[in-house]
Amino acid sequence: MSATKHMTYREAVREAIRDALGRDPRVFLMGEDVGHYGGCFAVSMGLLDEFGPERIRDTPLSESGFVGAGIGAAMGGMRPIVEIMTVNFSLLALDQIVNNAATLRHMSGGQFGVPLVIRMSTGGGKQVAAQHSHSLEGWYAHIPGIKVLAPATLEDARGMLWSALEDPDPVLIFEHVLLYNMEGDLAEDAGPVDIDRAAIRRAGKDISLITYGGSLLKTLAAADVLAGQGIEAEVIDLRTLRPLDEATIIESVRRTRRAVIVDEGWRSGSLSAEISARIMEGAFYELDAPVARVCSAEVPLPYPRHLEQAALPQPADIVAAAKALVGGDG
Amino acid sequence: MTTRENKPRLTRDHLLALLRRMLLIRHFEEKCAELYSAQKIHGFLHLYIGEEAVAVGCMEALGPDDAVVATYREHGQALARGIAPGPIMAEMYGKREGCSGGRGGSMHIFDAAARFYGGNAIVGGGLPLAVGLALADRMQGRNRVTACFFGEGAAAEGEFHESLNLAALWRLPVLFVCENNLYAMGSALALTEAQTDIHIKAASYNMNSRVVDGMDVIAVEAAAREAVAGLRAGDGPAFLECRTYRFRAHSMFDAQLYRDKAEVENWREKGPVVRFEKWLRDTGHLHDADLAKIEAEIEAEIEAAVAFAEAGSWEPVEELTRDVYAGSAGR
Repeated sequence: MSATKHMTYREAVREAIRDALGRDPRVFLMGEDVGHYGGCFAVSMGLLDEFGPERIRDTPLSESGFVGAGIGAAMGGMRPIVEIMTVNFSLLALDQIVNNAATLRHMSGGQFGVPLVIRMSTGGGKQVAAQHSHSLEGWYAHIPGIKVLAPATLEDARGMLWSALEDPDPVLIFEHVLLYNMEGDLAEDAGPVDIDRAAIRRAGKDISLITYGGSLLKTLAAADVLAGQGIEAEVIDLRTLRPLDEATIIESVRRTRRAVIVDEGWRSGSLSAEISARIMEGAFYELDAPVARVCSAEVPLPYPRHLEQAALPQPADIVAAAKALVGGDG
Repeated sequence: MTTRENKPRLTRDHLLALLRRMLLIRHFEEKCAELYSAQKIHGFLHLYIGEEAVAVGCMEALGPDDAVVATYREHGQALARGIAPGPIMAEMYGKREGCSGGRGGSMHIFDAAARFYGGNAIVGGGLPLAVGLALADRMQGRNRVTACFFGEGAAAEGEFHESLNLAALWRLPVLFVCENNLYAMGSALALTEAQTDIHIKAASYNMNSRVVDGMDVIAVEAAAREAVAGLRAGDGPAFLECRTYRFRAHSMFDAQLYRDKAEVENWREKGPVVRFEKWLRDTGHLHDADLAKIEAEIEAEIEAAVAFAEAGSWEPVEELTRDVYAGSAGR
């Protein structure tokens, strides 16, 4: 077994960026405050000194402008990593992401691809209220032409970026704000990981808990509680939100015959709705109970801690939803 | 600065080539209108008639390695760039032999060999792409230029301002060409802009910016050559506001209730083709026989383009989802 290094998720992302910059001269990082400030979540701290202002490129507050420039640079032969501070700010760049990055290959008859990676933070829990806390990755997962990743572990934070950069199409990576300080041990030789399969983070036979990103730790905590009560929950980390690894989901649900989807996005018109529908399409006759969902309350995320926490999915909510399904089996 | 190298070459051959290119666009567009009425072309169709001098003049300043980003009114740019009329017409038809494989239609002409990056139909959406293409050239040490065409309507979009700022901030070799035809679809410039001199906005971003008579192909070529010389010398981006006019409707659905017929007629008299032809005749560069020969060649070229499109094939429905992602096959 190889040696390990203790680090945070933030450091794992930084290592991934540093590694990519070292591997490929076409790679550069561009975004608001990525250079002199060190990144709004300190992800790129120190990289400006190491790689210089051409490759650690501070941009004006022009999300549409610099995301579009990233698309153009990717078409021009570079491999840009564009950082957007939060998914809420990415809405200012929706035109470039949806109308250009996602369409150019198909619309040009396959002549122009956009090998671009866009990283952004997502999610609530830091009491920064309704314009910095939302989970809109499910929206992006609606769009053909882009891929959507949600690294929830140190291994994925370290390994998904290079795989995304090698992908010939635009890839969006969503980093949950509460994960940046997560600590753990990562293999010294940790490297690229696949970006097309879900992972079973905990095996179980009684129920499938399907989640991703910032909700993975909460779901694993809920699974621990359930185990103490005699319910063996399987926890699926989707990892890739588009394309969905439907095979892993369906295979798990066919075995456990019950499913709870845990998604920090809102329930209406959501990724959780999509997964639920796919389970109906692929495993309806194997189900012993209706699919359940634990999502954020349908409100703009409020500032005070007690209200914010009430709005977000919590382990107790997941436990309650799971027990309701298993109990329903009589 | 104007030097011997970036002055237009006023040889007879060059002048007749400019005329020929403008006439090719004019007649190609007239044919497109006819084919639209015959229901061979569908969807939106935006004709370049009246604005020919802008594309033809500007393209003279570009080399084969330079890039072009255009709008949904881009047939003129595509033809002036030298993309063959056949694949452009086949694209209008939606045929597989079209220059975007039929996927894009009239508004989305792409051609990798010509470094022609669309065909972008979101107003203002092409400008950031041009900035990125120029950034890639800069970072890879290539002395290339990216020309980005857009209408004056784009000046009201945030992406216009974001892109001009980025290009100037990073001193990137982008030639921004504003085709000011006075109407954003049906909204007159004065009804939509507080500052109607678009080049002044660009100058405020600390770049070379000037206005030129977009109905005068020689003036456009001269201005573009001068601007591109500056780009290649590392002066940062340049901005050309070309004052022009669209003789036809915005698209084939436009009843043109927003402008007087007299205004259109007045501009037609100042049209780029009629004016250039007259000047060529007055200066002894053009005779009836020359024009007849050019017109006959163009007619044959357009007939061949239509025949090419007619003979083209429809992409099998099984290939519907091909190229959504690299390597994605049909369903």
